[in-house]
Amino acid sequence: MKQAILITSHHHPFKTSATRHFPCISEVRPYAGGLQTTGFSMTTAVSFSKVSRHFGTVRAVDDVDLSIAEGEFFAMLGPSGSGKTTCLRLIAGFEQPTAGHIEIFGTKVENVPPYRRNVNTVFQDYALFPHMNIIDNVAYGLMIQGMGKTERHAAANEALELVALPGYGDRRPGQLSGGQRQRVALARALVNKPKVLLLDEPLGALDLKLREQMQEELKTLQRKLGITFVFVTHDQGEALSMADRVAVFNDGKIQQIGSPQDIYQRPQSRFVADFVGSSNVLEPAFVKQLTGTESYASLRPEAIRIGQPDGHSATVIGSSYLGGTTRVGLALGDMRINALIPADQAVPENGTTVQINWQADELHLMGGKP
Amino acid sequence: MTVPSPVNATNQSSAVLPGQGGWTGSLSDKFWRNPKLLLILMLTPPALWLGIIYLGSLFALLAQSFFSIDEFSGMVQYELTLKTYGELFRPANLDIIIRTVSMAAIVTVGAACVAFPIAYFAARYARGKWKALFYIGVMLPLWSSYLVKIYAWKLILAKEGILNWIFAKLHLTWLLEAWLAIPIIGGYSLSVSYTGTFLVFLYVWLPFMVLPVQAALERVPGSYLEASGDLGATPSQTFRHVIFPLALPGIVAGSIFTFSLTLGDYIIPQIIGSSRLFIGQAVYAQQGTAGNIPLAAAFTVVPIVIMGFYLWGAKRMGAFDAI
Amino acid sequence: MRSDGKTRAPFTLKAAAGLGLAFMHLPIALIFVYAFTTEDKSYQWPPPGFTLKWLEVTWNRPDVWDALKLSLQTATISTLIAMVLGTLCAAAVSRTKFFGRETISLLVILPIALPGIITGIALRSAFSIADIPFSIWTIILGHATFCVVVVYNNAVARFRRTSGSLVEASMDLGANSFQTFRHVILPNIGTALLAGGMLAFALSFDEVIVTTFTAGQQSTLPIWMLEELVRPRQRPVTNVVAMVVVLVTILPILAAYYLTRDGDQVAGSGK
Repeated sequence: MKQAILITSHHHPFKTSATRHFPCISEVRPYAGGLQTTGFSMTTAVSFSKVSRHFGTVRAVDDVDLSIAEGEFFAMLGPSGSGKTTCLRLIAGFEQPTAGHIEIFGTKVENVPPYRRNVNTVFQDYALFPHMNIIDNVAYGLMIQGMGKTERHAAANEALELVALPGYGDRRPGQLSGGQRQRVALARALVNKPKVLLLDEPLGALDLKLREQMQEELKTLQRKLGITFVFVTHDQGEALSMADRVAVFNDGKIQQIGSPQDIYQRPQSRFVADFVGSSNVLEPAFVKQLTGTESYASLRPEAIRIGQPDGHSATVIGSSYLGGTTRVGLALGDMRINALIPADQAVPENGTTVQINWQADELHLMGGKP
Repeated sequence: MTVPSPVNATNQSSAVLPGQGGWTGSLSDKFWRNPKLLLILMLTPPALWLGIIYLGSLFALLAQSFFSIDEFSGMVQYELTLKTYGELFRPANLDIIIRTVSMAAIVTVGAACVAFPIAYFAARYARGKWKALFYIGVMLPLWSSYLVKIYAWKLILAKEGILNWIFAKLHLTWLLEAWLAIPIIGGYSLSVSYTGTFLVFLYVWLPFMVLPVQAALERVPGSYLEASGDLGATPSQTFRHVIFPLALPGIVAGSIFTFSLTLGDYIIPQIIGSSRLFIGQAVYAQQGTAGNIPLAAAFTVVPIVIMGFYLWGAKRMGAFDAI
Repeated sequence: MRSDGKTRAPFTLKAAAGLGLAFMHLPIALIFVYAFTTEDKSYQWPPPGFTLKWLEVTWNRPDVWDALKLSLQTATISTLIAMVLGTLCAAAVSRTKFFGRETISLLVILPIALPGIITGIALRSAFSIADIPFSIWTIILGHATFCVVVVYNNAVARFRRTSGSLVEASMDLGANSFQTFRHVILPNIGTALLAGGMLAFALSFDEVIVTTFTAGQQSTLPIWMLEELVRPRQRPVTNVVAMVVVLVTILPILAAYYLTRDGDQVAGSGK
């Protein structure tokens, strides 16, 4: 079983960290990336081994291996239909795997229904109970456990304070704004002190300002509580800014797992390069001329410098002003690539030929993967 | 194994909580493991009820239409035959079918004409309080007692009733008499004429037409009408080329009700109208006084077949989205 | 003339809509006038005088009371059966996609979609084949069958409006199926069920076509009225009964409207 978990990280450079809390030998399990901010215990919170979830012929989740450490802020990133939400639902227990095993804190959870998993979910549409006021919503889990009214209301009020909504207990879900409902959903999950908190695109319905604010707050809250967060999003900026580690999903499979830096700077496949950070993908033939290796390579737009005396000739085919930067579309041979230049730099005219260049170490080989 | 108290169940050490115990807990676990079990448990009672009581009776009835009645003994002969269906094509019986279908068609057209302005007004102009009022205004007659509605028309159409009184007050009695003098649709008085039957059918089924037409019209964005007007169409052109085609599925949906209900009704023509039979009355008479269950069953197949074709056509016109 | 009427309706449309509504309501209003007329031999208009005498006469009529009692019993029991069956069906159909789902919907709607006389005569011949004697239970058997659809329509509309994630949220927070049903599903569909139940009650209380085939010798209130309609014997009493029937059916309809007014409309196609 443990071997299976190890497999997940075999293509990553193993990292060891000096800041781990519980160096308990039996639990030691190396995993890749993402140990910059906090130290994690070596306990595995959630592990998937060869998990598949097929709906008829649709392979929503296909042979996924995954391990999430206790206390980690883990993001599942991917386009819609990529299998990330199904993975979350598999952890919550709303779906059952058609093959493979899922463990939560070392316990196999096949045959364990959602209501017996010490895991709570913040739903995309918040799913607040419309017939209850806020305090009863938050106290719902405790009520089900049979906790007395005074006690559970006290706990619920505490949770509401935690999410900065003290005194909102008497209102109805319909009277709150989207951001407030989102916080209530968070409080309702956290009050049960789950071992793992699952968040299904929780910021998707909020406007940009509020979303940025909530990203900060969620991050702070997770640090404070030390609960394992598993966060599903299609927004790469959100995943990169919040998570300790990111798994990029496509077509039911994990394309790459790693720290945000890994994912962004060293995409290992064309899909990841495209989806995260809109990296340029260079053709193998071109890359061979540069490096001698025939392989796809990724090159971030902001690494490209325009107007260098020496470099590669490219034709400008368009530009868009993005505020802080300008995106310049370039034809390099028969490839079409984008460059990001500072807004104060002069933008070359369409149709002109420019010289472009980049530092050699900005080019990342992706192996043969297209 | 001891079951920990519920409050302790949330402590940090357990990722999986123990079962809640009791039969509800274990049954609930079973439902989760096997969702089909719950589905089957939920579906069994209604499926049994409707399947056995309703469909069973229906098939038993249809089966009888393939039997025939012995003309001398009056006993049902349990041999499969199409003889009973052949009887439907006797002139007297054919008359009944044609009469009923014609009435259903006319009632449907009439209901569409009367319902359209109500539905159009409610969908496009009524707002807030008025909208609710219109809605209740249609729902109340829809749901109020069928017999009372017929009874009210018996009062209205009676010789000494309010309609004759109004015509007399307006000095229009000659008009009413001229109308009643017209063959077929006329008669001795309104309450024993086809006109009377038509009026009551129209009245009783009208709400069934208003609601689907209104639902269809609610889905026509106001901007379509503005666009049509903007492109130079007169209101009548807009109606013909934009509103009516878009409302048509709703009208067809409503017509399913008015048509089907008229086909099967036997009480209205019995109370208001001439003594000539409609399909419903024929069924009632055959199974009751005549004791000819096979013929009664064969008669019930007529509206089923007509409605089958009607529904098939309506479905192709997208009427089911408007119900 | 341009099509200007976005805000104000043309006069002809207003008039046609108003007349249409009047056409739907005035005949019912007429019933209330006739209940107090002094004329007892004909349907004379205008009424020669007004009296409250017939209320008292009707009050003292045991046959009316018996019919009313039978109607209330039938409607109550049929409604309860229909509520159980309709809710189960709606829950199954709206929560899961399963093979034969469309068939189940069709099966529920069929008893109301086919003319009542077919349901009636089918049940009657089935009773005679199975040798079941007529009783209140044969009436209930028929009524519950066509009342299911009313409850079903209301419940399905509400289920559709209720987010599926509420059930998942409840289970996620530790509630098993039964606790979820009690604390989340029932409170959310409760008013729709109540509305459906009231409409089913009104439908059953008023039903006559199927009942004539399944009642045997007993009369429900509509059967009593039907006999009066065919062979008028006591016009004034019939007038009063008609008025009472209108009042008894209007109240549950208004209540059902009130219960479902924000959101799903009381499914009119249910009747």
